[in-house]
This record gives sequence, structure tokens and C-alpha cells, in this order.
Amino acid sequence: MKARLAASLTVAASALMGAPAEAKTLRWASPTDITTLDPYAHTESFTTSMLHHVFDPLVRRSRTLELEPALAVSWNTVKPDTWRFELRRNVKFHNGNPFTADDVVASINRILDPGARARGNLATVAKAEKVDDFTVDIVTKGPYPLLLNDLAGIYIMDKEWMEANDALKPGNIATGVTTAASTTAVGTGPFKIESYKPDAGTSFVVNRDWWDKAQHNLTRIEFKPVKSDATRVAALLSGELDLIAPAPLQDLQRISSSQGFKVIEEPSLRLIMLSLNFRPELKAMPGQKNPLLDLKVRQAMWQAIDLDTIKKRVMRDKSRKTGTLVAPPVPGYAKENDEPLAYDPNKAKQLLTEAGYPNGFKTKLNCPNDRYINDEQTCVAIASMWAKAGIQAELQTESRATYFPRQDRGEFDVSMVGWATLPPMDGFSVLSSLLTEQREGYGGSNAGTYSNPQIEELTRKAAVELDEGKRRAMLVEALKVAHDTVAYIPLHQQPVAWAVRDGVDVPQFSDEYVRLWFATVK
Amino acid sequence: MLKVLLSRLGQAALVMLVVSAVSFVMFRYVGDPVATMSRENASVEEKAELRRSLGLDQPLLVQYGRFLTRTLRGDLGISYRNQRPVTQLIAERLPATLELVIVATVLSLALGIPLGVLCALKPNGMAARLVQALSLVGISTPTFVTGIVLILVFAVTLGWLPSFGRGQIVSIGWWSTGFLTASGLKSLLLPGITLALYQLTLIMRLVRAEMIDVLSSDYIRFARARGLPSRYIHFRLALRNALMPVITVTGLQIGSLIAFAIVTETVFQWPGMGLLFIQAVSFVDIPVMAAYLLFVGLLFVLINTVVDILYAVVDPRLRARSA
Repeated sequence: MKARLAASLTVAASALMGAPAEAKTLRWASPTDITTLDPYAHTESFTTSMLHHVFDPLVRRSRTLELEPALAVSWNTVKPDTWRFELRRNVKFHNGNPFTADDVVASINRILDPGARARGNLATVAKAEKVDDFTVDIVTKGPYPLLLNDLAGIYIMDKEWMEANDALKPGNIATGVTTAASTTAVGTGPFKIESYKPDAGTSFVVNRDWWDKAQHNLTRIEFKPVKSDATRVAALLSGELDLIAPAPLQDLQRISSSQGFKVIEEPSLRLIMLSLNFRPELKAMPGQKNPLLDLKVRQAMWQAIDLDTIKKRVMRDKSRKTGTLVAPPVPGYAKENDEPLAYDPNKAKQLLTEAGYPNGFKTKLNCPNDRYINDEQTCVAIASMWAKAGIQAELQTESRATYFPRQDRGEFDVSMVGWATLPPMDGFSVLSSLLTEQREGYGGSNAGTYSNPQIEELTRKAAVELDEGKRRAMLVEALKVAHDTVAYIPLHQQPVAWAVRDGVDVPQFSDEYVRLWFATVK
Repeated sequence: MLKVLLSRLGQAALVMLVVSAVSFVMFRYVGDPVATMSRENASVEEKAELRRSLGLDQPLLVQYGRFLTRTLRGDLGISYRNQRPVTQLIAERLPATLELVIVATVLSLALGIPLGVLCALKPNGMAARLVQALSLVGISTPTFVTGIVLILVFAVTLGWLPSFGRGQIVSIGWWSTGFLTASGLKSLLLPGITLALYQLTLIMRLVRAEMIDVLSSDYIRFARARGLPSRYIHFRLALRNALMPVITVTGLQIGSLIAFAIVTETVFQWPGMGLLFIQAVSFVDIPVMAAYLLFVGLLFVLINTVVDILYAVVDPRLRARSA
């Protein structure tokens, strides 16, 4: 592998010297690895983004993140619950098999299998039916406006290959079944996988027979997972890598001041917020009424946080303050909802006094220390800001592995949440997961048990509204209610920061996906 | 003799049982695999279903019983994260870790013994004092600091050696080796040195102390009186006797090098068992964690059993006592 790397180095060097070199290799690293090559056997967005180089979905995200045709060329709704897709012709899988409607039906059946880990990503689909060789009907469980959003993350596999390799059903831990799909990927995408070695690296070679016109100039991608931040930066600066994503915030200054390297940044879709406990009692004050149930208290907590200082000191000026629960590119965002309550410690104290807590109150504040960018430092800052307003926050930070299960079990008073609305990239996911009561599949991440009848009603209406204009208005209205009732305290939008060597052009996306079919290397 | 062997093996089995039980109870506190396995916007129902299908809703004792019966049948289960058999994952990673440990051991012996001899022969010389002082640094610097400093010097500043990975590897059957290519050997150097550093200082200090001890014993003095050449005395007579405890310690250290290569492997992205374990911990991949801990337990039990048996072979008194 290193010889290949050395070979690509010489190639890169000869390219710089102006030799007529055809081969263009991009070598890059990220802290996480591809967990499996089976697109339906995981739920990680990083693995999804990597497998997009090998597989195509029916519809995909464009360079501006709009949905656009991929393996489907057009679609229309035959009935409110039936979508008809016209498929692209003359597309071939990496093994030479032609792409047809049978592949789509087999792929959809595979992800709908009870053993498929990613089944939830297509939860509203009932079945897929072949109409003819290049037409497929997808039937949903009732009208469902976000089908295209969901399909953008569902990659199409080759039916013949799955049959030959006994992989028509995904692997299942419970029954002990593993399939060849975990270590082999046969798709229609812009790159083919040449070798996959977990924790050591994955090599991709260009697929010359890709159905789309390539916008990249790569012949090869060498991906290396490098978990340690310091090593990843060192490997970039020593010339062993062309791109690192993400680049650690604390090293951005050093990278951009090194000659031949630059940092590229973009606000990410992930918003960081504080979840609040709406149960009758706080864990920190058993036997007493929960002060957070009073709107004035929640407003005071918001107004006691100096978001500008957090942005400047903790996030090194790389984040964006936010007042709402979705990022600007996401449907449901409205500028008028995006005003945080102004920082005003005196007003906060006054509000607390009005609410009957002139001497403040006690609460717990729980945060992860390895999940979001500078998560622990953000919480330390908030705890000290609250202390000035009289709110005594008992801060506890821990690893994501123990933090999220505890959050799910409702063990926290105030805790940090990050939400990126992925994979659908739609504000509805905030409503359906964070703002609704936990029943009928809703409220999966509403750990604080926030509840509001108006939002409940709007969510259920938006879930089946096929008119996009009306649907977005419902999302905006619900998010306004969330803002006005302080359902959560929004803090900031995380940055995506990557570092590249000069001559590498890689577009960045707010969903943090790395899409190298748009990359060029000089 | 047979009796000693049987009682040792019985003890070994008991130790393994305790290791498996302790690690199983520990998993309760490292987190919940359901949270890392399910999608971010999963509903409560979805998570409960996943928990049920993995058998995690069962009482701990039932889970442990199932784990034990499976393990005794030789089935270590399937990784939650990769959905691949755990035995396969470990077999893939074992060569990387073992080669790293071999390099570290060779380095620490090849450098530690001569340096120790040097310090013993000229305890007040400049060189000996310098080595002694440096050994203090070696023993007290945390591994990740050593690793990062080596990367900054040899990879970033000088550009001589790669900063991470195994380089080009050659597969021989299921074994993959980095010993056969130039880039593979280059890649072994920095992590090998990082991992060797602690052991090197340990061996150096041990050799020094033993040598000083042996050099003042009677038979060395008689050898000197006989007018034997000092080279013969130092290396044939003294060093040989000083090496006995070094061999024992090195043997035992190999076990801990394998078990504690975790930090070195993380810093250098070395695709070995330590890296596998670290990722299993952050994902709460219980089958992989359990298998790793069992493996490390087994390793220590094996090494200690072999050492115990060897002692019994060497020293008849031990045999008599246990009989």
C-alpha cells in the first residue's frame, strides 16, 4: 500500500513538473473508518457518504444539495401513496451487469427486511413493484412528502450479484448471519473499490463506464482512517496526504500558516442546543417543583448565556450563533425565527425573581466530551455564565458511549443535543424527533419530554402534506412555537473545517459529506 | 510432574472464567450499544426492537450464560459495528500487533543490553551518566507524547519516515507482513521505537544492576586474578549470568506489550488489535471487547503457566513442594 502511495507521490511529483501524467490520485484521511461496505447494515452518515462513491441512489444531492435525478430520470405520483419512477437506461454495474427495475425492487426489499440495520431510513415505504424493465412503483404507507429525501440515501445494489453471493438479505447480528456484502461492494457509482482493509485504508479506482459525465479528474482515491488528530495533521503537513476532513479546530491556525496548505470552512447543518427537562421534578431538586416548567425561567437561562463569548473564545470564531433549531439551508428555516434572546444577565436575574427564584436554583448540566466540536468547553462556559445569574449548574461530562444512553433514559435536567436533520435534510425531522411526545414512532430523541399541542397537530399534518409550500409553512409555524416557548435553547451552528494541500479543489457541503466526484487535483 | 501441570491448567481455566465474568459486568458501564447502533432520529420503538433482537433486554446472568456457552463452542460472535465474525477481525489484526511487538522487543534487547553493560562497566563515565539521565526521561514520558514528537521530527520536519500506517504489506496465507518491503520496514520504525522505549529503559537498568552485582562476585575476582582477558570476563562470564533475570522479564513483558500497544497503535494508526479494541470501546461493540479481553487474559495465563512449569523443571525444590 505504501509502495502505491510512493508511486502516487512520484506521479504527483511528475505531474507538478509538467510531465504528461494521466494518473491523478487523491490521498485523504478522516478520523472514522468505513464500518461496512453493506449500505443497509449501518446507520452512520460517514459510511453512507463513502459508499456514495461506489453506489448510486435513485435520486441524489447536487452540488448545491438540491435533489436531482440519478438512477431515476423522472418520477410522478400516480396516487397519493404511489410514486412511479422512470429508470435510467444503459447503466452498468461495476461487474458489467445491466441496471434494471429488478435491481431496484431487490434493493428495496433488502432494506425493508426486518434484519436490515438501516431499515428505519425507509420506514414509510411499504413495497416496490416492477411495472416494466425501466419503470418501478414505490408504494408508501399513506401519503408521504419526504420519499425523495429518503431515497437519496438508499443505494441500489445488483440483484444478480446478491443472488450469486447469497446476499439478498442483509447480515443480521441476532441470527449470526454475515454476508459477502460486508466486504464487497458492486454498485453503479463513479468509483470502484479496489481494496478494503478496516483501520488500514480503502482504495478506489475510477469507473470509466460511469453513466454520468465526470466532473472530477481523479483516477484513484486512497482513503486512510487516522483516528489521532495530531497524527492526521502531521501526515498532511509531511506530504503523505492531500486532504484531511475534518481538521481539528485547535490546529487550523498552524495549518493555514504552513506554506502549501490551506483550511477550507463551511457552516455545517449540525446545530448544538440544550435540551431541557419538562418532567414535574428536576433531578437536582427532588421533591420540589421543577423551575424549568416556568417559561420565564427558561427565558432567563437563555438570556444568561453569552453566545458571542462562546463563539469567540470556545469556537474560535468558526461557529454561527443561532436562535432556531434548523440551519438556513434546511426546509423549515425562517429568518424571523433565527433570533436568539439577547444576552442580558440583569434581565435574566429579573426574570428569575419574577418567577419566584430571586436566589436562583440548582440544576444538573450534562454534556458529552467527545461528540461535538468543543462540547465540553462550551458547557463549562455555560455553567460559569449561569452562575453569574444565580443558576447553580452541576456540570458532568462523559463519553458519548455512556452519555447518549443516559440521555435516552431521561436521566438529565439540562443536556447538550446536536441535530443535523440528516439524512432527510428536512426540518420535519426536528419536529418528529425532538419536539413531539414519545408515541407512535414520534419523539425518539425528545429526552426532556417537551410537549405542545399546537406542535403535535402541525407535525401530524405536515407528515402527510404533499403540497410543498403548505408543508414548509407548517414547519416554520411549529418552529416558531418552539422558539417562543423555549422548547430547547439553541446555541450555535458547528463549522465543518477541512485542510488541503494547494492544488486540491474539493467542494465542501454543509451535511459534512465528502463528495469526491466533484474533486480535482493538480 | 503431570500433577503440577494439571493443577496449573486448572488454575488457568479458573482465571479465564473470572476474567470473562469481570469483563462482562464491566460492559454494563461502558455504555449501551443500542444508542451507537441506531440512527440518530430513531424512534423509541425502533430502539426497543433492536435491544430485544440483540438479547440485551435479558437479565445480565442470562446474557452471560449465553455468552459462555457460545464461547465454549468456539463462537465469539459477530461484531456489532462491522457485522463480521469477531474471530476473523482478530485474525486480521493479530499479525500487525505481533510484528510491532517483535520489533519493539528486538530493539529494546539490542539497545538495552549493550547500554546496560556500558553503565555497569563505567558507572561514573560521561556516557553512562548521560544514558542514565536519558533513561529517566524514557521511563517517565507518556507513550503518546513520545509518538507525536517522533512523528514531528522524523515525518514532518525531516520527511524520512511515514507518520502512520503499516506501509506496503505482503500476504502469506492469512498472515500479513511488513517485513518484506522497504516501506513496510520504514513504517515499523517509529511505532517500534515508541513501544520499545519503556522496555528498553527497563532492560537497561536491569542489566546494569545485575552486572554490577555479578562483577563483584567471587568467581569474577578469581577470573581476574587468573589474568583472563577483561573482554572474556565481562561478556562470557559476567553478562551470561546477568542475563538470566532479563530473559524472564522480557518474556513477561511481551505479554504486556501486546496488551498495551493500544496507545502506540492509536497514535500511529497501526491496524492492530489495540486499535480494534479502542474502536470497539467507543462503539460499545461488546462481542469484540469481550473477545479482546479474553485473548489478553489467555495470553497472560499462558505465559505465566509456561513460566511456572519451566521453574518447576529447572528447580526440583518447587516440584517437591507442590507434590
